[in-house]
Amino acid sequence: MSTQWILICQYQRLEPERGVAALVGGTQVAIFRTFDGDLYAIGNLDPCSGAHVLSRGIVGTRDGAPTVASPMHKQVFDLRTGQCLDKPGVAVPTHPVRCRDGQVEVGLWPDAPT
Amino acid sequence: MRLVVVGNGPVGHRFVETLGARDPDRVFEVTVLAEENRPAYDRVRLSTWFDGAALNLPTVTGVDVRLGEPAESVDPAARTVTTRSGNLRYDKLVLATGSYPFVPPVPGTDLRGCFVYRTVDNLEALTAFAAGKKTGVVVGGGLLGLEAAHALHRLGLITHVVEFAPRLMPLQVDEAGGAMLRRYVEDLGVTVHTGRAAARITGEDAVGTVVFADSGVLRADVVVFAAGVRPRDELARVAGLETGPRGGVVVDETCRTSDRHIYAIGECAQIGGRVYGLVAPGYAMAEVAADRLLGGGATFPGGDTSTKLKLLGVDVASFGAIEGPLDVTFTDPATRVYAKLVLSDDAQTLLGGVLVGDAAPYPALRACLGGPLPAPPLAMLAPVTGDATGNLPGAAQVCSCNAVTKDAIVTAIREQGCADVPAVKACTRAGTTCGSCVPLLRQLLAESGVALPKAMCEHFDHSRQELFEIVRVRGIRTFSRLVAEHGRGRGCDICKPAVASILATQGNGYILDGEQASLQDTNDHFLANIQRNGTYSVVPRIPGGEITPEKLIVIGEVARDFGLYTKITGGQRIDLFGARVEQLPRIWRRLVDAGFESGHAYGKALRTVKSCVGTTWCRYGVQDSVGLAIALELRYRGLRAPHKVKAAVSGCARECAEARSKDFGVIATELGWNLYVGGNGGFRPRHADLFATDLSTEDLVRYIDRFLMFYVRTADRLQRTASWLEAMDGGLEHLRDVVVADSLGIAAELDAAMARHVDSYVDEWRSTIDDPEWLRRFVSFVNAPDTPDPSITFEVERGQLVPAR
Repeated sequence: MSTQWILICQYQRLEPERGVAALVGGTQVAIFRTFDGDLYAIGNLDPCSGAHVLSRGIVGTRDGAPTVASPMHKQVFDLRTGQCLDKPGVAVPTHPVRCRDGQVEVGLWPDAPT
Repeated sequence: MRLVVVGNGPVGHRFVETLGARDPDRVFEVTVLAEENRPAYDRVRLSTWFDGAALNLPTVTGVDVRLGEPAESVDPAARTVTTRSGNLRYDKLVLATGSYPFVPPVPGTDLRGCFVYRTVDNLEALTAFAAGKKTGVVVGGGLLGLEAAHALHRLGLITHVVEFAPRLMPLQVDEAGGAMLRRYVEDLGVTVHTGRAAARITGEDAVGTVVFADSGVLRADVVVFAAGVRPRDELARVAGLETGPRGGVVVDETCRTSDRHIYAIGECAQIGGRVYGLVAPGYAMAEVAADRLLGGGATFPGGDTSTKLKLLGVDVASFGAIEGPLDVTFTDPATRVYAKLVLSDDAQTLLGGVLVGDAAPYPALRACLGGPLPAPPLAMLAPVTGDATGNLPGAAQVCSCNAVTKDAIVTAIREQGCADVPAVKACTRAGTTCGSCVPLLRQLLAESGVALPKAMCEHFDHSRQELFEIVRVRGIRTFSRLVAEHGRGRGCDICKPAVASILATQGNGYILDGEQASLQDTNDHFLANIQRNGTYSVVPRIPGGEITPEKLIVIGEVARDFGLYTKITGGQRIDLFGARVEQLPRIWRRLVDAGFESGHAYGKALRTVKSCVGTTWCRYGVQDSVGLAIALELRYRGLRAPHKVKAAVSGCARECAEARSKDFGVIATELGWNLYVGGNGGFRPRHADLFATDLSTEDLVRYIDRFLMFYVRTADRLQRTASWLEAMDGGLEHLRDVVVADSLGIAAELDAAMARHVDSYVDEWRSTIDDPEWLRRFVSFVNAPDTPDPSITFEVERGQLVPAR
């Protein structure tokens, strides 16, 4: 099945190493632009606190992997996989995300869990 | 049991303090008879009185201290002490009468302009008399004499020191050490006369000249006698107690005199045939006497005459013997360092030593006294390496102030889990008095395998203090450059906010400018405090807690219109909870228009300066505490620090503003302000330490400026001032040296940094709401800015909205 893409915003609207929240088909998605310009999208719900806040975390790296730290209690998530690096077994969904013609688009359905 | 203590000096005070701590059931009803008319103070630090230092010792509660009421006589048969107000019965009596200054029996010492150097009253009289005078002569070139010379020099007098012995500090240093010391002293412009004695003082009604025994003459307006002390044993002598041939109340190893109900401690006692004119043996006697009175079996361990001090800016240390069978000496005329170790004739045992110019090796050497040296002698004299403690014997005393051995510290680390310097201090009391062993504590922690985390995180191998210096010295203005040149990766939630704070204090202006925005924790990013359900709270600044009815009404209206929960904070302001991200700019537009500004409740920054109403309203107030609190809050608002900073000002000693629980607290006195630093509420409460007394407002602000900037520069990430101060080498004394005496020579830089902060302050919220670019961040969803976050819901509790559960 081909991915159904939802237009979110202009790429320029994203600041390096910061996230934004978007509503995608009724779910909250956190979209990040890293220092190198790469895009990542994960669920905005922080499974550790139950609040929709991951888009407001600090973006960085851990052992080279791009990460975001929950602003609530600082658990760190791998932006590529959604895995929580501080709590084994905890993960958030990831979403397909791309930049086309200067526009950020997110896939309507999350990736199948890996 | 009625216990009377005669004497309120440091040793008497230590005795009462120790007894109180170990006598919780108050078996003893304690009365202290004090000759001086002021509370107990630390005579050891007498000379810091000239720096405005606070000398007062902590008040011991539950003790009847009678100031200005000396004992006039003792009747051992009737067990009474007579004072001007009558007879006091005692069951046990402790004499802690101390010493009096020895004045040589030469003509003219009763002329106006002759002084001794023993009490605060002496210093006050000397200071008053010396004003406008030209030349001062100190008789005595020992430790006290050099302190007195420093004082005269600082009072602006041409200063001479006269010492009968052939060198300065004859009791503590050897000939070569004395010569090195003399060069330092003479460089200050003080003239040294060794091997000479004053034969008489002449003058009309006041001092005019000092005539030497060798017939030389010095013109002088002021003469200070600092030629040693003699025990004050006259009460004991008249009462028929045994006294020594050269003075001093004779006591046994339990500190008991020839009368079994009377003890004597400190400089008035003769113990083991000796009278000690130093405080450390006096403290040891105080502990022995307290233990014995409570039924213990302590005996006097022998007097520790080790000394380490800074005299006229020169480090001098001496311990054990200063002459002996073998010695190893090291002299560097270029850096003016002299060091000598005295060894046993087989060169195996350290018997003593002398250090002039650099006393850094002192703690490690002092701990080795009486045992083998852990390294070759010259290596021990070289600048402190890293491994000086490894070979220390377990019984070596690391902290001589509190008699804590290496074994006791290692046990605390290994078995009681002490993982940092403050924990070791709390557990063992090591390092809590003079602080000179703190570097050794740190080494013992490191050697026990406790990693003292210096590296901030995986991205930087540096501590926060090191990063601060790198940023400062290299003029770095962005995180990207810092991490590229001095770190690795792209940072994390630990290093990024820390670097953001460092950049902010070094004058990078608005904290959301450019790349800096990406470094901020969500609180600083949205200039509000995140709450459990993802909403934020808003705290407008209310300086000093003073607010007009009009402004109160505005806060009420804003809360009502946006459906915010309101609560009064502990810092005398009002917190508005439950604001969604997209509401923040509209809320702040209303607040800014009404004259409010950011309260920085979200930042690691100055929070509030709490106050009581002071002289404005209070019938007890002695100063305008509200006015000062407002001025301080406006001065330091927005200052980014390693952690939050709280402050308070109380208008009198009743302390209604709870200033001693703050990072800096100010308490009004009749004469000005007392400054306290390093207090903390929270997880580990700590009372702030008295830093300086009776300050003018100008001096107070200067000291707080430097205290804060020094903290901002040197503290670790998320380290409050309380633990910063506890972990500091040299502790409060060192802080005072830096802030008051500018011992590091950085006061001007600290002053300039604070001046820049004050001049460049702008309200972050006003800057934000006036800029559409920045306002774009405050949206719920980037693709649906008008849709509130549907996951945020509320319920009503006690008439207000709270997060739905």
